[in-house]
Amino acid sequence: MLNSINKQQGCEEVGATPLPLLQTQAITKDYPGVRALDDVDFELLAGEVHVLFGENGAGKSTLISILAGANQPSTGQITYKSEPVTLASVHDARSLGISAVFQEFSLIPQMTVEENLFLGAEPRRAGLLDRARISREAQETLDELGFALRPDQRVDRLTRAEQQMVEIAKAFRSELQVLILDEPTASLTTHETDQLFELIAGLKKRGVGVIYITHRMAEIRRIGDRITVLRDGRYIDTVNAAEATEDDLVQLMTGRVVGAIFPELNLNAPGDVVLEASNVTTNDGAVVDASMTVRAGEIVGMAGLVGSGKSELMQACFGGLAIRTGTVMLNGQGITGHTPKRNIRDGFLYLPADRHNEGLMMTRSVRENVSLASLDIEPFSKGIFINRSGEKKAVEALTTRLNLSPPQIERTVEHFSGGNQQKVMLARALTRKYDLIVFDEPTVGVDVGTRASIYEFIVELARGGVAIVLISSDLPEILHLTTRAYVFFHGRTQAELQADQLTEEKVLAHFFEKEAC
Amino acid sequence: MAEQSVTPTNAPAIGGLGNLTKRLFVKLGILPFLLFIAMVVFTLLSENFLTLQNLMNVLRQSVYLMIVALGQMMALLTGGFDLSVGTALALSSVVGALVMATIFSMAPDMVWLAIAVGCLAGILAGVMIGVVNGAGVAFFNVSPFMVSLGMASVGFGVALYLTGGVPVYGMPRAFSDTFGYGSLLGMPAPVFVAVLLAIALYVFLYRTPQGRYFYAVGGNLKAASLSGINTKATLFFTYVLSAFFAAVAGMLLTARIDTGEANIGASMPLESIAACVIAGVSLRGGVGRLESVVLGALFIGLIQNGMNLAQIESYLQTVVLGTLLILAVIADQIRLRYVASLKN
Repeated sequence: MLNSINKQQGCEEVGATPLPLLQTQAITKDYPGVRALDDVDFELLAGEVHVLFGENGAGKSTLISILAGANQPSTGQITYKSEPVTLASVHDARSLGISAVFQEFSLIPQMTVEENLFLGAEPRRAGLLDRARISREAQETLDELGFALRPDQRVDRLTRAEQQMVEIAKAFRSELQVLILDEPTASLTTHETDQLFELIAGLKKRGVGVIYITHRMAEIRRIGDRITVLRDGRYIDTVNAAEATEDDLVQLMTGRVVGAIFPELNLNAPGDVVLEASNVTTNDGAVVDASMTVRAGEIVGMAGLVGSGKSELMQACFGGLAIRTGTVMLNGQGITGHTPKRNIRDGFLYLPADRHNEGLMMTRSVRENVSLASLDIEPFSKGIFINRSGEKKAVEALTTRLNLSPPQIERTVEHFSGGNQQKVMLARALTRKYDLIVFDEPTVGVDVGTRASIYEFIVELARGGVAIVLISSDLPEILHLTTRAYVFFHGRTQAELQADQLTEEKVLAHFFEKEAC
Repeated sequence: MAEQSVTPTNAPAIGGLGNLTKRLFVKLGILPFLLFIAMVVFTLLSENFLTLQNLMNVLRQSVYLMIVALGQMMALLTGGFDLSVGTALALSSVVGALVMATIFSMAPDMVWLAIAVGCLAGILAGVMIGVVNGAGVAFFNVSPFMVSLGMASVGFGVALYLTGGVPVYGMPRAFSDTFGYGSLLGMPAPVFVAVLLAIALYVFLYRTPQGRYFYAVGGNLKAASLSGINTKATLFFTYVLSAFFAAVAGMLLTARIDTGEANIGASMPLESIAACVIAGVSLRGGVGRLESVVLGALFIGLIQNGMNLAQIESYLQTVVLGTLLILAVIADQIRLRYVASLKN
């Protein structure tokens, strides 16, 4: 392993006349009913960080999965070091030195770091595992990369950032020439991100080409050399990162000039208190003595790190988590410990953050997904029976209003892009009259265009007098979209900030206040 | 990412017919093709196969499996399965027959009372198996595999214990005459009951909110719960229903053979799961249609009947059935691959 890295270092410094390391010519990929990639040319130079930029469903993921060998193009040619290649499997690509780190990790949680690093290529002695060598070489790789990990640690005991490091270390098992990173910083802290960027800088020096997918402008500024923009599966343009402004990129990405993403709030004065949680502590200890209130027509933000209790408090109010002590009142009535079923009937809806695992039935149609929570009322049912035509009409009206694309309500949800899946879930908010709707990370994995329409959607609901709680890890959302915010830390409500106090510094200060002590 | 991996279509020019077959396969699944092949093969093997009378026989013979398969479908839809359908069937047969025979011997005049109470007792006994299954799965989070496997053993043991392993005789003649060999509106009674149950289940599944909830629980348990569905009650009810269907089949079968038997349901778990899977019910839950399951059960009846006519040994028939089940699952995987590669 060490050898392979040294060998790369031995390569002559590239930079003056960069070679096209990896190239695609007219790559097209068809799925049933969808052309995911259409005639895309892409070129990666040795020693550059090439950012892929585009909305969800623009084809970025399809392109990198083809380059990583996980997927095969319908037509088109891939050239690697000036020779045409066929990447029939991830194994193929890896043996050529092309490795990808996807958002879904390919680690076995129950196995140790070293076992994961050598999975599928275990060194053997006399037909048996050479455990000493595995241990030694794993340690060498981790040292080489500067990762402070123990090789004998179980992967499921590691933080997500550490798991990411293991995943990257795994990519180094072969002679690494091309590294593909799919939104690698999504779950990393600032410090961990710095570490990753240092590593990428080191790789560049060795002549490794890096393909990098991100939605974050700051990252593009910091490490990007060139940016290729995709839209609707087509190649749009390649620009130098140093010259492109954010507006340029957004315009390339969406194909139109986008004004402010966040709508004007213009909310009416808040009405009566709709939800009041007092001193809530959950059984699992994720929330400790937390309190909050929301009034009608108000958008209240819940900020804090992942796991700080901001989402768990709302889940506990909704009946998804067991409450040990404390009370929850909805419209002046006690609802502590009520089931989601009862809360929904009382006008309280919680839309979960993880639409894949908690929000949607992926193998069922849009129609069934939208109407699911309201099958007990008109127009979705009549007496004890489902009203099929009423249901169809209502769902069609809602999906048209939310611009579902493609507008086919009988299509199964798994065949829609992330943004459109989110729309299907949001449509549930309109299937009955709710007094309170909790949006948990409503724009995770959603492209800019859809994000703007989701914000508009939320603000419209608030204007109509619905009390809104917005749980978000995205600070700009809290700053621009809420009239009041709570900051969570270690399960407690750390601070309540009024509109005039909602600044980045103030909110962030409470994120970390205790950590700094 | 990996599960999306698609081999490029390496069969370019099969022509219009090949492409059409592929499209039909993707749209309809494996069942219509198997049905067609089976019809052709058995018609060639035996001249008695393709006669109206024989096909009526197939229908009459496969209604028991059909009823059990409808229950099994409920378990599969919610993402589990029920290995105890055979025992539920056997237990209902034994208990039903015992109760019926006892009442009949004590009060030979009250034939219909004996029949009614016997049927009720039998079905109740079968349903009890489902109650335990449902409680285990819904309230104690035990895997359906383990609970229903355990209950299969418990139920079978109880049925053998109650009878001492000997068939139960002494039920009123009217029971067998009516529910085993009688007919109503020109339909054999068992077929009539099966049609009634299928229609009722169809309306329940596709026309009421609760029916939709079974699909929702199988599609995504957590999402269903957050959408205000009582997932525990739904799961519980699933296994009770499954056992109920098996128990009804048990009583009908008891009427047909005119004895209470502890051994009659042994092949039911495999056959009912096969009928569902061949009909395209997903083992991961959330996907599958009642109409197809009815066809799936008929198909298995057809195969058995055809093999009997072709004088294939019964031991070999078991081999064929198991092979078909595995083939159906493989075909389903190939179909998923086609779905990805075929552009509409």
